[in-house]
Amino acid sequence: MDAMQAINRQIQWNRLIAVVEEQAQTMIRTAFSTTVREAGDLSAGIFDLQGRMMAQAVTGTPGHVNSMAESVGHFLAKFPAHIMKPGDHYITNDPWLGTGHLHDLTVVTPAFHDGKIIGLFANTAHIIDIGGLGMGPEGRSVFEEGLYIPIVKCFDEGRANETFFDILRAGSRTPVELEGDVYSLCACNDAGARRLAEMMAEYRMDSLDDLANFIFESSLRATLSEIAKLPLGRHSAEIRSDGYEAPVTLKAAMEVKEDGIEVDFAGTSGLSTRGINVPPAYCRAYSCFGIKCVVAPEIPNNWASLLPFRMSIPEGCILNAPRPYPVSVRHVVGQLLPDLMMGCLEGFVPDRVNAEGSSALWNPPLRGGAQVSGQAAEVDDFEIITFNSGGTGARPGKDGLDGIAFPSGVRTMPVEATENVAPVIFWRKELRPDSAGPGRTRGGFGQIMEISAKNDAEFAVNAIFDRVANPPKGRQGGGNGAGGWVGLNDPNGTVLRTKGFQIVPKGRHLVLKLPGGGGMGDPRTRDRALVERDVADGLLTPEAARREYGY
Amino acid sequence: MVSDVRLAADIGGTFTDVALEARTGEEHHQRWTAKVLTTPRAPEQGVLEGVRVVLEKAGLAAGDLSLVIHGTTLATNALIERKGARTALITTEGFRDVLALGNESRYDQYDLNISLPEPLVPRRWRLPVPERLDNTGKVLRPLDEAALRALVPVLRKESIEAIAVGFLHAFVNPAHERRAAAILAEELPGIPVSLSSEVSPEMREWERFSTTAANAYVQPLMASYLGRLEDGLRAMGMTAPLFLMLSGGGLTTIATAARFPIRLVESGPAGGAIFSAHVARQRGLSHVLSFDMGGTTAKVCLIDNFAPQASRTFEVARVGRFRKGSGLPLRIPVIEMVEIGAGGGSLAHLDSLGRIQVGPESAGADPGPACYGRGGTSPAVTDANLLLGRYDPESFAGGSLRLDVKASEAAVTTNVGQGLGLEPGMAALGIVEVVDENMANAARVHAIESAKSYEGRAIIAFGGGGPVHGCRVAEKIGVDRILVPSGAGVGSAIGFLRAPVAYEVVRSLYTRFASFDLVGVNALLADMAAEASSVVAQGSFGAETTEARIAYMRYVGQGHEIAVPLPTRELTSEDVASIRAAYDAEYARFYDRPVPGSDVEVLSFAVTVATVIEKVLPAAEVTDAPGPAPIRTQRVRDTASGQVADWAIYDRTAMAPGAVVTGPCIVAEAETSTLVGPGWTCRMDGLGYLELVKEAA
Repeated sequence: MDAMQAINRQIQWNRLIAVVEEQAQTMIRTAFSTTVREAGDLSAGIFDLQGRMMAQAVTGTPGHVNSMAESVGHFLAKFPAHIMKPGDHYITNDPWLGTGHLHDLTVVTPAFHDGKIIGLFANTAHIIDIGGLGMGPEGRSVFEEGLYIPIVKCFDEGRANETFFDILRAGSRTPVELEGDVYSLCACNDAGARRLAEMMAEYRMDSLDDLANFIFESSLRATLSEIAKLPLGRHSAEIRSDGYEAPVTLKAAMEVKEDGIEVDFAGTSGLSTRGINVPPAYCRAYSCFGIKCVVAPEIPNNWASLLPFRMSIPEGCILNAPRPYPVSVRHVVGQLLPDLMMGCLEGFVPDRVNAEGSSALWNPPLRGGAQVSGQAAEVDDFEIITFNSGGTGARPGKDGLDGIAFPSGVRTMPVEATENVAPVIFWRKELRPDSAGPGRTRGGFGQIMEISAKNDAEFAVNAIFDRVANPPKGRQGGGNGAGGWVGLNDPNGTVLRTKGFQIVPKGRHLVLKLPGGGGMGDPRTRDRALVERDVADGLLTPEAARREYGY
Repeated sequence: MVSDVRLAADIGGTFTDVALEARTGEEHHQRWTAKVLTTPRAPEQGVLEGVRVVLEKAGLAAGDLSLVIHGTTLATNALIERKGARTALITTEGFRDVLALGNESRYDQYDLNISLPEPLVPRRWRLPVPERLDNTGKVLRPLDEAALRALVPVLRKESIEAIAVGFLHAFVNPAHERRAAAILAEELPGIPVSLSSEVSPEMREWERFSTTAANAYVQPLMASYLGRLEDGLRAMGMTAPLFLMLSGGGLTTIATAARFPIRLVESGPAGGAIFSAHVARQRGLSHVLSFDMGGTTAKVCLIDNFAPQASRTFEVARVGRFRKGSGLPLRIPVIEMVEIGAGGGSLAHLDSLGRIQVGPESAGADPGPACYGRGGTSPAVTDANLLLGRYDPESFAGGSLRLDVKASEAAVTTNVGQGLGLEPGMAALGIVEVVDENMANAARVHAIESAKSYEGRAIIAFGGGGPVHGCRVAEKIGVDRILVPSGAGVGSAIGFLRAPVAYEVVRSLYTRFASFDLVGVNALLADMAAEASSVVAQGSFGAETTEARIAYMRYVGQGHEIAVPLPTRELTSEDVASIRAAYDAEYARFYDRPVPGSDVEVLSFAVTVATVIEKVLPAAEVTDAPGPAPIRTQRVRDTASGQVADWAIYDRTAMAPGAVVTGPCIVAEAETSTLVGPGWTCRMDGLGYLELVKEAA
């Protein structure tokens, strides 16, 4: 291969990453669900004809990305590439063929060049409503959790499958938004396909095979060379989650080998009867993400760069839920996996991992109106979810981040925007003093949120919160972050369950105290100027400063 | 007889550019320019020096000036270097940390060690007071005036120099903010107060508070600077009015600038875009891409029908390698452009996958690219261009700097060539291809986000690097016409001379089409038009003005608004249907198909009043003429094919209007070189601009 070809392939790789980024940006601009357009709960990528992911948009959230990577193979198994036609779009929300719960739609679209199919574009988005019980842990099987869409064609050579759209609209509380979202997902794949065809014309390419091989070889080689920088061996770790009916233990043993990293989840708790179970693709997604952040953060995500990370997830454990177990809020357990992976990696590279963080999002699904209060309703029907986060874990050289999503890649909505789409009032949303785990570097602070319906009407929360009884742990001498708290603003400080559907009575506010991140290293060795700053800022009370830091 | 003498001064990071234009009658413009070093500690010194130099060149006195226009990066620098005032933020109780929490997200998914920008106001100076409005502006909790007064001793004790006030939903009902301002004025006379309902009256508390805090933060500094500058100019004998360039592309008075200094942040780049718009107008090019490549960044901006695109979102002081989301959000009228870390000084290296990466790290002025011979060992884009044969090492920058080819070769080989097994020439080609691709990608994204295409579009290339990289970037985005104007080295300052006196007012008013609030919208628009007109009237001296009204609309439930022009008069119920139809059409232009069954909502409105832009005389037709003889030939490597050949080098100053030279060749001038690739021809037009055209393949 000559030098010019070598340089061109690098340029084409860059271009491909730009193409999928464009795909993701198109989705954000056209989507209807706030979850996509405001929160960025989505992913986008391009695949070769064998269903191997070649590039993935930087924009997006890890749980989707890596599980979507597996998804395209399932589409090809049902609809082989040779029968796909220009203008076709395929869709599913099957948790086991897509990204782990019914709220995520995955759309796959074939891309053509010179009349020949050359690759596939796929994307995933979290839509606001898919019927059923709504986002929450209460379902006892996936059938209760919403409308179940097997892999079907939603557009046939450019024509909308009206039967499909009829069924889709009928099954959702928000039919207009849902239909609009499907259009948006198809449009963004089309945008990617158009741009790909331009690149292929410019470089006179007739297939993506050579480029795919180049990307895969480079990525695999680079990932293996990063793995080779770790000491060989085996380390294990364990995390406790609050669970639904009982606490859940997540266990992992990680072995670093020359040809990859193997993780065995033996010893992990069994399945829950409620929707906190995790389908295996989602478990692999967040586990890979956690390892990759530490081991090979610079290497772009694709089939080959994920290949060296191998997971063994025993059947019947909560991280390998079979159909039809309920899985709606699989994130509340799944998002603890990066902390678990870093627990294992601490045995190999203690100076490259973070302390545990709040990790699982604190996204309260709120509902009100007749669906909650029947004819006594005092507000219009509403259904809303916001994406909020506690503190992240302390880092070896830096404090954790305050009220920032990790490992999730989502953003939150402005309070003013939320109050414009639903009759709710946020009375408080600010940092939570004394919640950061102390350490040489401290954890990030959690938040306090206080929410009511307009006119103090009755409403409901379908709680999906964790790290309450089991706060984020510190590492290497650092203290734990503060555990979370869920309750009411009444004089008795009524405590609510961390998971499940509960009523906030008329006249009361829902109070959420989000966990702080764990600290790292001995708090007594912390720079005193930084302790002083937190005290001056009202984030650390003088008592806590004395107790934790000897200040 | 000189009738009109205008002067423009643009303070940049390294240089302060001054341009002076004297008009004698309709047709005759004469221009003088000066470049002096920026004086960061007292920026007005540099400006005054530049003014002296240019007046001397023109043989004029300060008293001859009829208009002085100024743009500066001072506000931006204060934000980046955190050298603004000790600023407090008075805010709604329960929302003390809006500035710190932002949108609760990370701008990089995989980097565990990212830093987020520190809020301009530390938590101890973010002071909550009880008050609360709902989304309709109804008072849920009255403003606790005693609690506000109780903060005064804290503000005094902490020697607070500027105050921002940001209450939730204040853009709907500013009563609490105004009352707070009145109390603060009473208690703390002389301390400037910025209200979120005035600085950025739009929904989204983080962006609004951030903008308001930034305005307060730069206000004392800017007020004192503008005062010193004006005094200095008056002391020189200037009697002309002084105008400031706004980031939205219009001019405003000192009084408005001192009140809303945050609107000055991007004035330099805005000047560049106006410069391009003017060139486009001179040449009658209705669709162009302005491409300005300097030492550390490249800026691209789409200009249709001679007007740069407007936007209202902007990020300043990014902490994470120019990454979106790593800066402070500002919601002000700006010219929409994409800026990326790609310039002559951008450094190249191999990443862990053996891929060439270029920028955003830059060699800066010191040590500069390796070839400057000042100790730089990392290869910059300039080093790669040198190794491709694009520069004559003896005559770079007008011969003021002798380039060290050996140093470039060593830097490129060590950092890029060795790892890829490429000889220096090919490694240099790789670097330049990557940076060209990065810029082309930025241009593509910009077009996509604006739902525009490059078909039939021309590039206007300027800045030190624009004319060098223009051909290849054009090829990558499918453009076959490039214009390299003269005076490109001081483009922004020249742009200032072409800007209208203008002011944009943006306000939020939520309404749905199904129940359109005609009375409320008409009242709001009339109010906004009056406000914009009164600001413009301070500086237009009775000149004819135009008004443009825009509604930002979307399907109910969507997140991204589209701008739809409104008639500039009282709206009637018939208008509502036609505006809705215009929205559907505009939506379909962006996204192929409108969405069935959805109502449309309006989030906000904008009204811009501007003086009418002066007419441009059409460029004189010139007949083709043979080009000058080349001054020499150089061995140059073509980046599209990798081939090395002898390219002719021409001296731009030796070309006359109509002169044609054929690529591959290079047209050299003091400040830059215009590279004419294989398959391109270059002709000097009647204005002295170089026009490059690619022949159809």
